[in-house]
Formats: sequence, C-alpha cells, structure tokens
Amino acid sequence: MDIGQLIKDPLGTLGGLLTSLLASIGLAPGAIGVIEKIIGVVIIASFALVLPLFLIWFERRVVARMQDRMGPNRVGPQGLLQTIADALKLMTKEDITPTGADKLVYNIAPILSVVAIISMWAVVPFASNILGTPLNVGALYIVGVGSLGTLAIMMGGWASNNKYALLGAFRTVAQLVSYEAPMILSLLVPVLLARTMDLNGIVQAQPVAFIVAAPIAALIFFVTSVAEVGRTPFDLLEAESEIVAGFHIEYSGMKFGMFFVAEFLHAFTVGALTAVLFLGGWRGWGTDQVPLLGVVYFMLKAFVGYFIVVLMRTALPRIRIDHMLDLNWKFLVPTSLSVIVVTIVVDKLIQQAGITNDWARSGLLFLANVVLALAIFGILRRSARQLRAFEEAEGSGHAAEHEPEPHGQPAEAGAHAAPAH
Amino acid sequence: MTVTVDQILFLLSALVTLGAAIIVVTARNLVHAALALIATFFGVAILFVLLQAGFLATVQVVLYIGAIAILIIFAIMLTRRVMQDSGPQTNQQWWLAALLSLALFAALWAVFQQVPGLQNVTGTQVIPNDSLQRLGFGFVDPNQYMLPFELASVLLLIALVGSIVIAGEKQ
Amino acid sequence: MVPLSWYLVLAAALFCVGLYGVLARKNAVAILMGIELMLNAVNINLVSFWHYLNPQVMAGQMFTIIVLTVAASEAAVGLALIISIYRRRNSVIAEDMDLMKW
Repeated sequence: MDIGQLIKDPLGTLGGLLTSLLASIGLAPGAIGVIEKIIGVVIIASFALVLPLFLIWFERRVVARMQDRMGPNRVGPQGLLQTIADALKLMTKEDITPTGADKLVYNIAPILSVVAIISMWAVVPFASNILGTPLNVGALYIVGVGSLGTLAIMMGGWASNNKYALLGAFRTVAQLVSYEAPMILSLLVPVLLARTMDLNGIVQAQPVAFIVAAPIAALIFFVTSVAEVGRTPFDLLEAESEIVAGFHIEYSGMKFGMFFVAEFLHAFTVGALTAVLFLGGWRGWGTDQVPLLGVVYFMLKAFVGYFIVVLMRTALPRIRIDHMLDLNWKFLVPTSLSVIVVTIVVDKLIQQAGITNDWARSGLLFLANVVLALAIFGILRRSARQLRAFEEAEGSGHAAEHEPEPHGQPAEAGAHAAPAH
Repeated sequence: MTVTVDQILFLLSALVTLGAAIIVVTARNLVHAALALIATFFGVAILFVLLQAGFLATVQVVLYIGAIAILIIFAIMLTRRVMQDSGPQTNQQWWLAALLSLALFAALWAVFQQVPGLQNVTGTQVIPNDSLQRLGFGFVDPNQYMLPFELASVLLLIALVGSIVIAGEKQ
Repeated sequence: MVPLSWYLVLAAALFCVGLYGVLARKNAVAILMGIELMLNAVNINLVSFWHYLNPQVMAGQMFTIIVLTVAASEAAVGLALIISIYRRRNSVIAEDMDLMKW
C-alpha cells in the first residue's frame, strides 16, 4: 500500500482495499456494494454524533468567558470531560412516559430529530474527494431533511399530552416553516452563481468565496438558519420564563439528551453549511497537492461560523413572536427575492460583456449588492419616518383628549366609592 | 428464480408504501393516520430514487412531507373534537367502497394482462447524464413546457390568496 | 431487473387504497388524505413510464412536477375550506354538511 496514494485519495484507497477483501471471501458484487454503503453510513453517523461532545464544551466555555466567568474546568483537563459526565447523568435518569401520551410517537420524536440532522452530513464535502455521497441535488436535499426535523418537533409536542407542549410545538412549527422561505431563497443565490446544486460543485466554483459576490444572501442565509435551529435570539420556543421549555417539557433523561444533541449539532451544521456555500468550503493553500488539508480548512471555517452563532446567543436578547414573524414576512422575504433578481440580472450582464476574471465578476456583484442594500435602507428609513409622523399626529390628538382626565378621575373614583359602600 | 438486489429493494419499498397507505385509511386516530401518510410519502420518494429520478425524490420530500403533511397535521389539530377520536371512522357504505376498490384493482390488473409484452419491458434504456439540466431547460423553453410552468405558478398564487381569504378570521 | 408491470401494479394498488379512503371515511381531513394517496399513485405511474419507455424526453418528470404543484395548491385550499367550515358548524364530519340536500 502506497503511503502517497493513501494521502492523496484516502477514501478511494481504503475502499478498494475493502472491496478486494470482501471479494476474496466470496460475496456477490451487489452485496459488497451494500456492505460498503452501510459502513460509510456508520462512519458518518459516528462522526456526527461524537462531535457534539466537543461542541457543547466549546459553547459553555465561550459563553462563560463572555459573561466574565470560567465555565466548566474541573472535570478532566480544562473541563473537556464535562459533556461525557453530563451524558452519563442523563443516561442514568429514570425513563418517564407521561400518562395518556401516545407511546409510539412520543418515543420516535427525539430519534427523528437526531436522524434529520445526521442525514444532512451525508452531502457535506470535507475535502475534494472526502464526502458522503456526490448528490447532484445536494442543496435541495439539505432543505428536505431540515423539514424532517420540523416534523419531529411537531410530533414531540403533540405526543406529550400537555397543553403547553402543544402550544409550544405550534409556535415552533410556525416559526420554522416561516423561516424556511427566505432560507431557501437565499440558498438559491450560490446555486445560481455556481450553476449547480451539488455542494462539492459549489465549493469548486469558488476561486473567490461567494461571500464577496453575495454578502446580503450570506447574511440572510445565516440569520434564517439560526432561526431554523431555534437558538437565541429566536429561541422563544424554549424560553423558560415564557412557555416553560416549550415542546420538550415532558421529556427527561436520554430523550431530552437527544433533542439537546440535535440542537447543538444543527447549530454546528449551520456553521458548516455557511462555510461550504459562502466561505469556500475546503479551499485553501495546498489542497491541490494534499487533498487532506481540505479537511483542516473546512473545520476551521465551520468553527468560525459556529463561534459567531454562540456569540449571537450570548449577546442578543430574545425577539417577541410577532416581531419575529413581521421580520420574516415583511423584510427577509422581499429582500431575498430582490437579491435573487439583482444577482441574475447582473450575472447575465457580466456574461454578455464577456468578463471572465473571477475577481472582476465578484467585485461587480458586490457593488450591485451594495447598491441594493443602500436602496433597502432608503426604503426602510422612509417608511420609518412615515410611521413616526403618523404616530406623532395621533399622539398630539390623544394628548388633547387625555388632559381633562386627571381632573375628572378623582371625582369619578369618589363617585364609584360611595355606592360600593 | 434468483432475486436481485434491485428486486429486494423494490419489494421492501413497495411493502412500506402500501402498508402505510392501508394504515392511513383504516386508523381510528387521525394523527396516526397523518403520520402513516408521511411514511407513505417517504416510501414514494424511495421509489423515485429507485427509478433514477433523484430530483423528483427530493422535491417530493420537500413539498409533500415538509409542507403538505405539516399542513394536514395542523388542520387535524385545529379541528379536533375529543369525541371524534373514538368510535368508528367509517360511514355506512364502507363495504360498498371496499367492493368498488377491489373491483377497480381487478379491472386494472385485467388491463395489464391484456397488454402484450408488458412483462418484457425491463428498462434497458440509458438515462441521460444531464437529465437535471434537460428538466430545467424544458421548463423555460417556449417550444416545450413553459406555458404549463407559468400556469402552475399562477395557480399557486391563486391558491395562496384564496386560502388566506377563506381561512382568515372575519373582522 | 424490476419489470414495468410491478410498478404499475403498485400504483394501481395505491390508487385503490386511496379510493377506499375517500369513499369510506367520515372525517373530511381523512378524505383529503385519501386524495393525496391517489395523486401519489399517479405520480409513481408517470415516473415509471418515463423511466421504462423514453427517458430521453423529460416530459414524464415535468408532468409529475405539475401534478405535485396542483396537489399542493388543492390541499391548501381544501384545508382552508375545512377550517372555515369547522368555525361555523363546529364539525368536520362530511355527513353533517347537508344544507344543500333536498
């Protein structure tokens, strides 16, 4: 076995070794294919499930440092084993099923939640030749399995036989389904620029990262993906003070642990997807000669995205649900639609002018985005001025009415008090 | 007769789809029926993958499971009355409906037997590599299917506005 | 190899199951679920014919996408109607909607 070949194409070399091994035992080629696919699934699922152990520690330390305290640092070196201790604690808790709960649905909901997130990792490219499966509709596949996660939340909330859980599930699903619209629309922009839905193809079409060519789309995709996860500032769904933990009130022990793991893994997946779609994925220096370096670059960029998600959680307050839905339907959807139209028009003009330099293309698209952003700010400012003028006109009218009341009230209170006695 | 891997996969997916469909039409609890409907949609998506129509399988999951199934579950929960979950879910003519369905299935089976050589169609055609691009071009090419595409989008707009008007609260 | 007839039989069976659901159920939402089953059966039929007879021409897949779109819009309007009826009559049993019977 050639070490150079192994470094250049690890999956291909190991796969060939496995195939020859299984063929020497005497299995049919169809069965060999199925076994290899199953092994691939097990590898990806194990990676995706072991990662949250590190992610939860990372988030707790970062949040703690931002809040000027230490965070977990007792269990193991620098507190790295804290998550394992928490997982052990959750596993030893009693497995309670509330009375009247639908047993099948109640037990399937957390499993489905984790399954939906792990399935997303099947199409994410770690390096130019290390990925789960080269699906040519990768971007749409990610949207599809994301909606499976929404379904799991609905099932969990209904099966708990608890009014608050059902209410929480309703609001969660309303938020998730609403925010899918601008997410899909802004996902369309890198697909348009790269002319393919294959995630590996999108990375390969980024000699200049798409965040230069489509900054507004990157921002909208990031914000709506964070809303899809249900993290602060969009975490009304599990707000302790308002709806008592939302749809997972009745879940305890490892089932709650599964919802927890699914949320953190989803947050990291948001960072990973932003890295793949807008930051250039596994691209960097030296990935032509040593494709394995792509894994390092990809994980670095994904952690940058995850770090920003954690920062948003510590620094921002919670948004109220009607503000959240207003933000979505009145701002994000029209903005993402206009970004698509502007990108298409400018890209077609660039194509017709015959400009092929990547930096020139990205620079022109960036300018178009800046112009669009200025136009949006102008519209917002004008509508805010109109709203303020309207409110002031109403306010001055009300002030004229309110004045006689303070004089009238004590007399009224006196009049009310007398008949009460 | 040797059974190939393709046939095993097809039989498994067909079993899942039909089994879930039968649960949909016979379940007493409507939410169980809705979840079985989701399993049916998933089975149909797997069948599309077996038929080399990957884009359609993904669109099936996104639209049917991600939108229509959630809509149906919401409608069930908003129109639920506790007394309805118990008691028979079929009306008085259910035996006639069963008879009719079986008769229709038998008739279709008879039609399949009449077609000569249907057993021999085993799909040795070559699927084009760029089927996704051809699909895209087909939708925007005026010589192909641009008109149904535009009509479908107008239909969606009408349905959107109409359902908001119908289901909205009267002030 | 899976012959075409297997797919056609499966689609026919799914269609008949959906037909039973439409004709035999009381709840209006359950009737709508039967309609969705029938539309899925039609989709399976279209795609299997595309795959086995003429995969070079994409008309089969395009037709399927149009059917999917129509199914989605019909489900939306149907469910809106059901919710509106529930608000007035407080029932979704199809037999109770008898205002237009003579």
